Amino acid sequence: MSVDTKVMEMTQPQKDDGNRALHYEENLLWEKKRSDHPGVDFPPVAGTKLRTGVGERGAIGLPQVSEPQALRHFVRMSTWNYSIDHGFFPLGSCTMKHNPRLNEKIARHPGFAHIHPMQPESTVQGALGLMYELQNWLAELTNLPGVCLAPAAGAHGELAGMMTIRRAHEQKGEGKKRRIVLTPDSAHGTNPATAVTCGFEVRNISTKENGMLTVEAFKEALTKTDPDGADIAGMMVTNPNTCGLFEKDIMEVTELLHKAGGYFYCDGANFNALVGKIRPGDFGVDVMHINLHKTFSTPHGGGGPGSGPICCTEELAKYMPVPTVLKGGETYKLEWEDDRPETLGRLKGYQGQFGMHVRALAYMLSHGADGLKQVSEDAVLGANYILRSLEEDYHAPFAHQGSCMHEALLTDKHQKEEGVQTLDIAKALIERGFHPMTVYFPLVLPGTMLIEPTETESKDAMDRFITVMKEIAYEAKAVDAEQYFHGFPHSSPRRRLDEVKAARNPVLRWK
Amino acid sequence: MRYLPQTKKSRKEMLQTVGAKSIDDLYVDVPKAAFVKGKVNLPDHQGELEVERYLGAYANQNHAASAGPFFLGVGAYFHHIPASVDHIMQRSEFLTAYTPYQPEIAQGTLQMIFEFQTFIAQLTGQEVANASMYDGATATTEAALMAMRVTKRKKIVIGNTIHPSYRGVLKSYMWNFDGEVEIAEGQPDDQTACVIIQSPDFYGAPHKYEEIRKKCDETGALLVVVVTEIVSLGLLPAPVQADIVCGEAQSVGVALSYGGPYLGFFACQEKYLRQMPGRLCGMTEDADGKRGFVLTLSTREQHIRRDKATSNICTNQGLCALAFTVHMSLLGEDGFKQLARLNHEAACRTADALTKIDGVKLLTENFFNEFTVELPKPSKDVVEELAGRGIISGYALDDNQLLIAATEMTTDEDIQTLAKNLKTVLA
Repeated sequence: MSVDTKVMEMTQPQKDDGNRALHYEENLLWEKKRSDHPGVDFPPVAGTKLRTGVGERGAIGLPQVSEPQALRHFVRMSTWNYSIDHGFFPLGSCTMKHNPRLNEKIARHPGFAHIHPMQPESTVQGALGLMYELQNWLAELTNLPGVCLAPAAGAHGELAGMMTIRRAHEQKGEGKKRRIVLTPDSAHGTNPATAVTCGFEVRNISTKENGMLTVEAFKEALTKTDPDGADIAGMMVTNPNTCGLFEKDIMEVTELLHKAGGYFYCDGANFNALVGKIRPGDFGVDVMHINLHKTFSTPHGGGGPGSGPICCTEELAKYMPVPTVLKGGETYKLEWEDDRPETLGRLKGYQGQFGMHVRALAYMLSHGADGLKQVSEDAVLGANYILRSLEEDYHAPFAHQGSCMHEALLTDKHQKEEGVQTLDIAKALIERGFHPMTVYFPLVLPGTMLIEPTETESKDAMDRFITVMKEIAYEAKAVDAEQYFHGFPHSSPRRRLDEVKAARNPVLRWK
Repeated sequence: MRYLPQTKKSRKEMLQTVGAKSIDDLYVDVPKAAFVKGKVNLPDHQGELEVERYLGAYANQNHAASAGPFFLGVGAYFHHIPASVDHIMQRSEFLTAYTPYQPEIAQGTLQMIFEFQTFIAQLTGQEVANASMYDGATATTEAALMAMRVTKRKKIVIGNTIHPSYRGVLKSYMWNFDGEVEIAEGQPDDQTACVIIQSPDFYGAPHKYEEIRKKCDETGALLVVVVTEIVSLGLLPAPVQADIVCGEAQSVGVALSYGGPYLGFFACQEKYLRQMPGRLCGMTEDADGKRGFVLTLSTREQHIRRDKATSNICTNQGLCALAFTVHMSLLGEDGFKQLARLNHEAACRTADALTKIDGVKLLTENFFNEFTVELPKPSKDVVEELAGRGIISGYALDDNQLLIAATEMTTDEDIQTLAKNLKTVLA
């Protein structure tokens, strides 16, 4: 045995740790060697006698590392994430737009970040003033004068809005009889889930024919169990809808609904197509939520925090949740249950996701009336550009009806004939460095792909996406396409994950 | 228009491809009446400097907790946040990612959630935890709703003094049940879905669980323990007797931010797993047999189950969960326990200093980092007067009681300033 080989053997690592160039592996905190000191330094404890009266906690089993180890742990993990700052993120209905860092900077001002929700109002006039101004912006942009900023997310806003409707019927003595909520089958899953949480019964309206609500289908649903629709509490409609289309009969439908005594709840998830240009209050909406984390650029943060204020008509405003900010002279105050006894009450521990209110207003001020209008126009133009560029390569079910709004809907109908499905297309996009579009939603058709470019993508970025989508469509025609596609992705930190195994034998924590 | 990459030229080119003369041609389905004539009645766009100046003026009108002695708690606590926490939070990869629906390119968020779930389960002494809830109040309501699903009963018993906002949210949600749900005080009976106990309670007193556990076992009710100050779990015994432990984790890594975003947490015994609300992250393997993480058990959730989901919750508090997880990793076992101890000792010193003042009486003999005193004057007036002197002294309860919190941020100088000024105000 030569010396060289011996050296090789001696230095041979025990096991390949999987690290390659900029691709890192990272174990769990609990799998690291335990340090004898933590990543913080505190002054010593005095060791005085405990006055808790309940005994003392024993070992918890928490991991322990120094600050550089902790920091590196999270930085390495972060490299496994795709984000809007990395590239195109065309997740339909999620509005993954640029998140300005100015918003982050302002929200961290000590005068915003370090104020307590129960401080005397005299010491937080600036916070209340900011909330009041945000209320006014939202009221003007929706033409719905009642605004409550409290809901914590879109689904929470839906709940707030539907409970407002319920409260209104109850106060009018019709609470017991109006129990049915109409939703089109293209609705977000949160819509029926919310209606049921509010104690309503959900009735579906079919939109299968052209992806839109029709007056006939609506009438049928409205009068199914009562000729006057007197058992209808309201409808939950997303407009533009989740097929990317503006409900063109919305005025007529709303008139029928209002005549029957129901209220129109609009899911505001797609407000980015309208902001600054079209006001929901002008097409008959009674109450809607606004996703500040979609339309108004507050970061999605890998799953929250969101913020879902609601806007409603003057008629419904007294029933909304508390609190709202009122202005009297030069002083702002929070309006609670004592000031507005008709309210349905509070739905959140404190005043809402204030940090998101700051960010959203910073964004609104940056864009202004002119910029916000340009936002919706560019968002709609981008989606139409993608739709027209890809309608030959993919089945575009509603493209022949005309233009779309800010989302383009495709399906895998053509590719499926070769054994390549929407999931495969999504995974092929990952391999090519893109975040996929929303897949298998809406449910109105099989294999849907909902593409939302948003206004913050350049034409170049969209062109690259279009080219890759065309290449994928071409590759899907190959003889062995099914097998070829099934291997995607190869180059991501992890390849396809076994979701069945995760659900069958749930391991939800380190042990 | 600095956030918009389109140019006049690119817009024109795109319109050509689309085959439209103008952008308005794309809005043909929108009824004419719904269009804004011209522009909405709001100011036009502004530069970064102008926006910063404008909003900075609002910020400067507020009295920040960092600007003087600060003793307010009631479910939201002023704690130190290490610099590394905000650095990690502001990394693009975490800040600007979506909910991890494509796990191959979201393992960073997913592993973080898995670690978050582990931290929460360990701290609460429970078997499993979810990926977070909006806040402590909504987490408590979700706990009651889950107990109702598990027991098929419709009575909620409030076992001690829980946070009034939590109670308010619970009441609002239960109103949806048409008066079929009863919210009562005291002890459980054989109609009770759950008993909710807060510890430390609203007035600051820690509780033991053995007795109430026994009553729950006798009646078949679940025991829900609410924790509004998660740092307390570094000193007080874990509520292992509970079926569900939920509450507010803002104290670790999340700024006060006038009430939100905060970090609701939810943990329970594994046998209730399929009735849990919210997102769950689970361990699995990828096609090459490498360990990876995915969102799992989504058949409970709204996007699959629609009207039959366990909750309508969709987005939660991902970034706040990240802040918590980074902060916990820095604290470690020793740091977390030391932090809890420092909080308790700061509260002890504050209580001792205040009870030396004539007429100030400590009402909570036992406490963690928050306690209640009785004053010889209406506490609302005292709080206002001290606020005028730059001191945020606590939360005024009805009548003469004052709820006072201290944390590791509280200095001896803060305590002396409070004591001196309180004495003057009471004199």
